[in-house]
Amino acid sequence: MELTFVPLYAVLVSLAAVPFILLSSGKPNLREFWTILAGVVKFLLVLTLIPAALEGRTIELTLFEIAPNLPIELRADPFGVYFAIVASGLWIFTSFYSIGYMRGHKEKKQTRYFASFAICLSSTIGIAFSGNLLTFLIFYEMLTIATYPLVIHSENKEAIRAGRKYLAYTLTAGLLLIAAVGITYSLTGTLSFQPGGIFGDVELSNTMAVSLFLLYLGGVGVKAGIMPIHSWLPSAMAAPTPVSALLHAVAVVKSGVFGIIRVVHYVFGPEVMGNFGLNDILMVIAGVTIIVASLLAFAQDNLKRRLAYSTVGHLSYIVLGAAMVTPLGLTGSIMHISAHATMKITLFFCAGAIMVNLHKKNISDLNGIATVMPWTMGAFVIGSMGLAGLPPINGFVSKWFLGAGVLEGDMMLPLIILIISGLLNVGYFFPIIHRAYFKKGGKELEGHTEASPFMVVPIVITATASVIFGLFPDLFFHFFELASGIAETVFNTL
Amino acid sequence: MIGSDIPALIPITFLAFAVLIPLLGLWKRHLSYYWAVLGATIATGFSALGFYNYISGSETIRYFFGGWEPPVGIEFVYDGLSGFIVLVINTIALFVLIHSRLIGKREFPGKVTGYYSVAMLLMLGFNGMVLTGDLFNLYVFLEISSLASYALIGIGEKRAPYAAFRYLIIGTVGGSLYLLGVGFLYTVTGTLNIIDMAAMLPEVIGNSAIITALALMVAGIGIKAALFPLHGWLPDSYSYASSTSSALIAPIGTKVAAYVLLRVVLYLFGVDIIDSAIPITDIIGILAGIGILYGSVMAIAQSDLKRMLAYSSVSQIGYIIMGISLANPFGFIGAVLHVLNHALMKACLFLVSGNLRLKEGHTDITKFDDSYRKKYPWTMVAFTTAALSMVGLPPLAGFFSKWYLALGTIENSNWLLLSVILISSLLNAVYFFRILEKVYLRDPESTDEKTGIISSLTTNEVKPSMLWTTSIIAFGILAVGLLNAFIVSAIVTMFPAGL
Repeated sequence: MELTFVPLYAVLVSLAAVPFILLSSGKPNLREFWTILAGVVKFLLVLTLIPAALEGRTIELTLFEIAPNLPIELRADPFGVYFAIVASGLWIFTSFYSIGYMRGHKEKKQTRYFASFAICLSSTIGIAFSGNLLTFLIFYEMLTIATYPLVIHSENKEAIRAGRKYLAYTLTAGLLLIAAVGITYSLTGTLSFQPGGIFGDVELSNTMAVSLFLLYLGGVGVKAGIMPIHSWLPSAMAAPTPVSALLHAVAVVKSGVFGIIRVVHYVFGPEVMGNFGLNDILMVIAGVTIIVASLLAFAQDNLKRRLAYSTVGHLSYIVLGAAMVTPLGLTGSIMHISAHATMKITLFFCAGAIMVNLHKKNISDLNGIATVMPWTMGAFVIGSMGLAGLPPINGFVSKWFLGAGVLEGDMMLPLIILIISGLLNVGYFFPIIHRAYFKKGGKELEGHTEASPFMVVPIVITATASVIFGLFPDLFFHFFELASGIAETVFNTL
Repeated sequence: MIGSDIPALIPITFLAFAVLIPLLGLWKRHLSYYWAVLGATIATGFSALGFYNYISGSETIRYFFGGWEPPVGIEFVYDGLSGFIVLVINTIALFVLIHSRLIGKREFPGKVTGYYSVAMLLMLGFNGMVLTGDLFNLYVFLEISSLASYALIGIGEKRAPYAAFRYLIIGTVGGSLYLLGVGFLYTVTGTLNIIDMAAMLPEVIGNSAIITALALMVAGIGIKAALFPLHGWLPDSYSYASSTSSALIAPIGTKVAAYVLLRVVLYLFGVDIIDSAIPITDIIGILAGIGILYGSVMAIAQSDLKRMLAYSSVSQIGYIIMGISLANPFGFIGAVLHVLNHALMKACLFLVSGNLRLKEGHTDITKFDDSYRKKYPWTMVAFTTAALSMVGLPPLAGFFSKWYLALGTIENSNWLLLSVILISSLLNAVYFFRILEKVYLRDPESTDEKTGIISSLTTNEVKPSMLWTTSIIAFGILAVGLLNAFIVSAIVTMFPAGL
């Protein structure tokens, strides 16, 4: 099969669904059918790219020049395929879940919701398959705009305030990214992503290297939720839960960390990172973020906000892995992209199911809910324990490689951070489980049963997936093989 | 062959219609609108043909009026740059004129004949300024366009004549300063022809008369282009004028002045010698930078859409002048591309404000709410497109002019101006999202509190002549963004010597 155009189709399929979604606005079932159809087709398209990615092949497609010498270029390299699998695969579950959630909640303007979601997914896959920084930038900004209607979906004061904050952070970031990309272009004359970086032959002054790197960090770091520019993320929890689940645990924030890895390993390259001490800067930021976010998570009583801070912390695991600049560290970092995605989406799904079913948002109200929602809370236990890094859940595997990367680079501090953070994770998740299972629930629980199957089934599947990929990381999608292959290409080019 | 006469045919078309419209108006007054549209269509056709010839490889056309060769006679120069600008301004004018029918009936009934005749004169002036190759002739066309715009602005709200009078005073000072500068140049070089003079200037550049001339001309043109701090006439003029006048003058007027500045700085004096006398590019660069920020901040402070757009124009003209001041290839591309992009965006925004003013009778942002989206869905789509482009989001047109300007500042290592560009995009986001938020999210006051149902609200979109012009321009913003590689490769062939 000719694969050249597959990346393009994968990007466009959800965009093509948008008119259909808009036109069938009066018929909810037909409308959701388009969403699901686009999701399945997109996922299948991405799957066809796996064999080539496993061979280390890159499928390139230059569309047209959008500026002289700067084409819109799609490139499905193994790393892009990896991210695309995660995003498009989880979109299907989120779509089913959204149907249950949005109808269960009787949300208004569902057409706008599903249409924006489809655009978001096109942008995310576009980010995954961007062959150069300009293409990346275009999809990155598209994602910003397409997410905005989702953040403000409920249109109350809190949501609108969150939307403003979101735009303020992400638009500023976009501008910093433009500056960074512009400077890169004038220094190197190219913008394409190369494993090992594009700065090899360029004389960089120290100030220039550091300030350029900080510009990039500002640009992609906002979506990656690194501190101190993370605070849009907890506020954006005003969005409906499926949005928090897919966008703020998978698509948007992962686009951020995806961008950081691209910048570190495909623009600067390990050598330049080391020469100017850029990896140290990144590591300090990531370390501080991990610890502080975990501590802040303790203070949140709102379940979604606690999950949000946990997300901030775990995103920085990925950043930390990238900052180690070792093959194993990068492997762990990439594997944490998929691991954190399945686990965190499970947790958000649970939070949403609890909210729709029992109308409870706060952790202090969760006493005894495991008796009425056994499946949901079972999945919650799996997800949270996985995030704390317990085997046999996939969070353990990625953490294992992160730890191995630390040892490979002969560093002490990151190891300590990882250990402390693991404990903190247990610390902020355990009270929730404790309340749900061991405390007695109030009278209001009577008469309630498990949430709608539209929600419970995706929850169970994503939770099961977390366990399966913990036991067999190479099953189905060859996550481990892909990740180690990517790390190999990046470091072999040195 | 018609090709070689194009430089003359374009202004002559406008001149002919400026005369014809009042005459034919004696016969049937209501036809004036159609004559004006016809005139603009013919002129746009000539411009398109000329530009098509240019990109398919034809040489610069130098048209000598009456067969008198320069420096004795007056010549019109149709090269890539002037051809491009002429095409842009005539196309925009055509759309605005098509759009104007109902606004004319509402805002200046009984004056349509005069109005359209003056509009033709305005376009004659603008086209003449762009095409002429003679500095004094340029002044003549400058005055024609200025007088026409005083009249067009004067037709408007109650306060419009006052704004027009103020513009007249300030604009006349600007014109006079320019003329004084030309006089100085003439005494030193003995010629008024731009090409001729450009060849002589390097030898006399140290002369204090030349430096004075440069300063006077830049100041004079700066007033016309509303370069900060010489912009004072602009906000009132644009906000009190009739919707059509604003839509006609705002996207085009200051651009033409900026084009003249570009000609003077980069072609007449030239990059190499201009800064050897006084650091004029640094000065206008800084002024442009301040203007960009000032215009954006003031735009945020406005509660009326038209006034906000007027201040936004002050800011956007700064982009173009900043591009000129960078005096490098990227800056040049950015400046010329932004002439096109901003013309499209501002035209679209002013047409939207015209639509709203016609339907709602006001453009007060504080009264905007969710009902606007329901009543004028497509107008609001056009507005959103233009607004996002103003903020500079890819792949809309506005992103790319910002991109080239940013590359230009980076090439000069001018980090200050780079940050100005970025900060101003953010400020643009503030004042446009403020409106978008209202239009898409704010519950109208007529909403029934309990049911959440808005009472009796149906689509009430403007008439096709207005809707289509607005929508086509909005679509143009997207198209120009996607096709900008093509446009830029044409702009690259227009570089002045020395870049």
